[in-house]
Amino acid sequence: MSSSLAGQIALVTGATRGIGKAIAENLVAAGATVVGTATSEKGAATISEYLGQSGTGKTLNVTEPGAIDQLVADVQKEFGKIDILVNNAGITRDNLLMRMKEDEWDQVLETNLTAVFKISKAVMRGMMKNRHGRIINIGSVVGTTGNPGQANYCAAKAGLIGFTKALAKEIASRGVTVNAVAPGFIDTDMTKALTDEQKERIFDTIPAGRLGRPEEIAAAVGFLASAGAAYITGETIHVNGGMSMV
Amino acid sequence: MSTIEERVKKIVIEQLGVKEEEVKPEASFENDLGADSLDTVELVMALEEEFETEIPDEEAEKIRTVQAAIDYINKHSA
Repeated sequence: MSSSLAGQIALVTGATRGIGKAIAENLVAAGATVVGTATSEKGAATISEYLGQSGTGKTLNVTEPGAIDQLVADVQKEFGKIDILVNNAGITRDNLLMRMKEDEWDQVLETNLTAVFKISKAVMRGMMKNRHGRIINIGSVVGTTGNPGQANYCAAKAGLIGFTKALAKEIASRGVTVNAVAPGFIDTDMTKALTDEQKERIFDTIPAGRLGRPEEIAAAVGFLASAGAAYITGETIHVNGGMSMV
Repeated sequence: MSTIEERVKKIVIEQLGVKEEEVKPEASFENDLGADSLDTVELVMALEEEFETEIPDEEAEKIRTVQAAIDYINKHSA
């Protein structure tokens, strides 16, 4: 097993299951120590359990004022630094725009975009001082293609790409890269919520003819976290089985 | 206990990676000490940390030389 991330500390939000869990496991396999966050105590315990000696789970509700700064301070105190930040936590509140409530819009923007700004801001100073860091934002294919019923989610994910590019330009000179990974349709609880009709329509648009696996997203994240990706910044890697080629 | 002047100079040396003899009072961070915009922001944040103060953006913009930093801290520290 490669240990290219030995000695590095990674913070992965939304790590209880699905893509976040696969990312945490990929980084651990590469030698990193991982702090994974969950919204509930139970989720944090689940993370601590699967990480074992390689890390720990912590609770983080990104919409709770002050919670992000507190978590980042705690991790820096406990582990000394944060080398890798993976902004993975995300929610959907789907509705056709004509029926979309302001609350559904606000919640999705708050968790999927505003929280990324807050967490990135909290960790970047340490990375800049260390002259090394990786910020990896998990986007979505629909941030580029759009998807009916997901105007809020698409807006947040498209915004994430602009954020990624701007921050990448700001801090590239400090050895900190900022990139995004945009999954297509991946076999997780989030896509299990789709109706059969939705799924069938989606399958027709995926040249690979199948859903992606969380590990296939994690592999791209693992690459961006590695030393070999030091010269890649502001980029979005699309992992979608050919569904959208940008 | 170091003086404010010494502490400010130490931060400038650390943040900008310059030599002590270059850090003259009239030295401009950007023109003489090679700082870019990000360096100056980091410098201000380091000053805030060292002197446990918050420097508003409009004040931070005016801190362009070593002396300006020393003057600001002298004026605003308890």
